[in-house]
Amino acid sequence: MNKDLFGILLIFGSAVLLAIPLGRYLATIYRGDKSWTDFLAPLERLLFRAGGIDANRGMTWQQHLVALLTINLAWFGWAMLVLCTQGSLPLNPDGNPSMSPDQAFNTAISFVVNCNLQHYSGESGATYFSQVFCIMFLQFVTAATGMAVCVVVFNALREGTADKLGNYYNYFVKSITRVLLPISLAVALVLVFQGTPMTFQAKVPLVTVQGDSVSVSRGPVAAMVAIKELGTNGGGYFGANSAHPLENPTYLTNAVENVALMLIPLALIFAFGYYLKRPKLSYMVFGVMTLGFLVLLGPAVYYETHGNPAIAQMGADQRLGAMEGKEIRFGAAASAYWGITNTVISCGSVNSMHDSHMPISGMTELLGMMTNAFYGGVGVGFLNFFVFVIIAVFISGLMVGRTPELLGKKIEAREMKIAIIVALLHPLLILTGTAMSAHLYAGNPTEYAGWLANPGYHGFSEMLYEFTSSAANNGSGFEGLGDNTPWWNISTGIVMLLSRYLPIIGPVAIAGLLARKKYIPESAGTLRVDTATFGVMVFFVIWIIAALAFFPALALGPLAEHFTLY
Amino acid sequence: MKTQLFSALRLTLAMLVLCCVLYPALVWAVAQLAPGQGQGVQISRGGRVVGFANVGQKFDRPEYFNSRPSAADYHADASSGSNKGPSNPEYLAVVKARLDTFLRQNPGVQAADVPAELITASGSGLDPHLSPQGALVQVARVARARQLDTARVQALVQQQIETNPVGPDRVNVLRLNLALDALAPARR
Repeated sequence: MNKDLFGILLIFGSAVLLAIPLGRYLATIYRGDKSWTDFLAPLERLLFRAGGIDANRGMTWQQHLVALLTINLAWFGWAMLVLCTQGSLPLNPDGNPSMSPDQAFNTAISFVVNCNLQHYSGESGATYFSQVFCIMFLQFVTAATGMAVCVVVFNALREGTADKLGNYYNYFVKSITRVLLPISLAVALVLVFQGTPMTFQAKVPLVTVQGDSVSVSRGPVAAMVAIKELGTNGGGYFGANSAHPLENPTYLTNAVENVALMLIPLALIFAFGYYLKRPKLSYMVFGVMTLGFLVLLGPAVYYETHGNPAIAQMGADQRLGAMEGKEIRFGAAASAYWGITNTVISCGSVNSMHDSHMPISGMTELLGMMTNAFYGGVGVGFLNFFVFVIIAVFISGLMVGRTPELLGKKIEAREMKIAIIVALLHPLLILTGTAMSAHLYAGNPTEYAGWLANPGYHGFSEMLYEFTSSAANNGSGFEGLGDNTPWWNISTGIVMLLSRYLPIIGPVAIAGLLARKKYIPESAGTLRVDTATFGVMVFFVIWIIAALAFFPALALGPLAEHFTLY
Repeated sequence: MKTQLFSALRLTLAMLVLCCVLYPALVWAVAQLAPGQGQGVQISRGGRVVGFANVGQKFDRPEYFNSRPSAADYHADASSGSNKGPSNPEYLAVVKARLDTFLRQNPGVQAADVPAELITASGSGLDPHLSPQGALVQVARVARARQLDTARVQALVQQQIETNPVGPDRVNVLRLNLALDALAPARR
C-alpha cells in the first residue's frame, strides 16, 4: 500500500517539476522571443500561408472571438460530416456503421468543445477514419483553442493600455506545432513501446487457451491516446478508456498519461507569471489550486483504498481497496488519484469506473467539475479561475471600501455582471438539466427504466454526474447511465455548447474591457493580488459560489448514499 | 466574415494534413520497431496465437487459475465495466454469490483470504492480471484438479509474480496458465 501512495506522489511531483520549465517555455514562445524551437518557424509560415493568414496582425478581443467561433463552426461541420458517413468511408476494416443524427450531433459538439463526452464505444461506434480524422483532429485543435484564448487574457493583463491583444491564429498554430505535437509524439512513443497498438489492421479473431472464440479490437491507438491526455480531452479510443489494457497497458503508461494530462494546465499557471514578469502571481494561483486539489484528493484516496464496507461485511479481504471497476495493475490509490486529477482538470478520461467508486469519492469528483477551476482544462481552467479572481477582487474591494482594482485596472459594473453571469451559468445548467431528467424519470419510471443502472440515491447521482460532466466540459461519466437516447444526446449537447463558449466569451470580454482602461500604477492603497491573503479570499469565493450552490443536490445523491453504507 | 470562414477552412485542411496524416504516420513508423510492431503483443503456443499479453481472457475452469469476473465476459471488442454502484443491493447479492461460489470451489479457503479482485469486475472487463494473493489462494484447487504437488504449483506462481518498485505487484493470468500447461497439460 505504501508503494501505491509513493506512486501517486511520484506522479504529482513529476507533473509539477516538468510544468515549471514548460511554463517558462510557453511564455517565451507566446511572447515571440527566441527559442530553441524556432526551427519550426518555416512550418508555421507554411500553415499561415495555407490559411491566407497574416500572423502579425493585432486583433481586438471581438476579432479574437469571431476568429475562434468561425473556425469552431467549420470544425463542427466537418465532424458532423465524418460521423454521419463514417460507415461508408475508407479505413473501416471492422465494418462499423455510421452514427445516428442525434448521436453524431452529441459527439460532434462533444469533441468540438473539448468535452469528449462519449455516448458510443470506440470499438463498435467509430471507425479508424473517424477516430483519426475527426476525433483525434479535434483533440489537437480544441486544446490549442483553449491555450490561444488563455494567452489573449494574459495579454490583456499586461501593464499599460492596449486595444490589440495579439494574433489568435499565431497562438493557435504555435500551440500545436511547438507544444502539442512534439509532446504528443514523445508520449505516443512511450505508449507503443509499452504495448499500445498503432496499426490500421482490423481486429484479430482468436481462440483462447481455454477454447473461447474472441476478437481483439485495436487500431491507431497510441497516437490518439497521447493527445487525448495532453490536450485534456479525455475521449478514449476504446469504450473502457484508459482502463483498457491496450490503451493503458502498464503502471508506467498510467503515470505518463496522468502526468501528460496535468502538464499543460499546470504549465499555464507558471507561464502566466513568466509572461507578465510577476512570478508571485503564479505562486498565488498555484497555491490556491493545489490546496483545492488536495482537499478533494484526500477523501477519494482514503475511501477507495479502504474498500467497500458492504463487501467487507461479507468477510472478504478488502486490503486492495474497492476493486469494482478497477484494474489490478493500477491499484486503488492510483485509480483514485487519476479520478480526481481527471475531474479537477477537465480531461475526463478514466482508468477505473467512476460509477463504482465509493460515494464520497464520487462526490469529490463531482466537486472537482463543479468548481472547475482547480487547474481546470487547457487554457479554459485559467479562464474560470480568472472569473473567480474578478469576483474576489470585487468583494475584497467592497470589504475595505475601495474601488476594486485588478493589476492596475478598475473593475466596474460591466465586468462584474459578465463575471457573475459566467459563474452562475454553471450551476444553472447542471441543476436545471438534472432536475428536468429527474422529473422525467420520476414521472414515468417504466418508460425510462433503461436510463439508470443503479437504484435510489446512486441513480440520482448518475444523472447529476452526466450534466456536471457536460457543463464542466469534462466528458467522464457515471457510465451506468443509458445515455445514447435522444433526450440525453440533445440535452447534454446543448449544455456542452453553452458551457464551452459562454465561459470563453465572458472572460475574454472582461479581459478586453480591462485592457482598454486607464492603467493606474500601484500605490500603497492597491489591493495586492499576489499575496496569500488574497489567495485565501479566492479559495473561499470558489467554495462559496461554486460548491455551496450544489450542496442540496450532493446531499440527495452521494451524501445520502454514503450514510446508507457507513 | 466570409473571408474569415475561408481562412478557417483552409487552415483546417492544413492542420488535417499535419495532425492526422504526418503525425500518425510518424508514430506508426516508429511503432514498427516496438515489441509487437504496433500490432499489440501477441502470445503464440504451438504456432497458434492464443492471446494478447496485455488483454485478459476468460479462465473459469477449475484446472486453470481463474481470471477476474468481467462485465464484458472478456469480449475484447466490447470492453466495459459493470458500472454498479457500491450500495446497489442487486450488485451486492451478485458479489456475495461470487464469494460463496469461490468458497465452494476452493474448500478449505476462508472468506478473509479471498482478495477483493476475485469477486469484483474490473474497469475494462479485460483485466489481464491478478494480485499475488488472488493467484496464491487458488493454488490448492489447481493442484488438486491437475493432480500436481501443491508446492510445485505454488513455486510456479511465485515465479510469475511481477514486483514493481512503485505500484501494485501482480500476476499475468495468461502467462501463468501457459506456464502451468507447460508443467502439466490440462486433461480435457
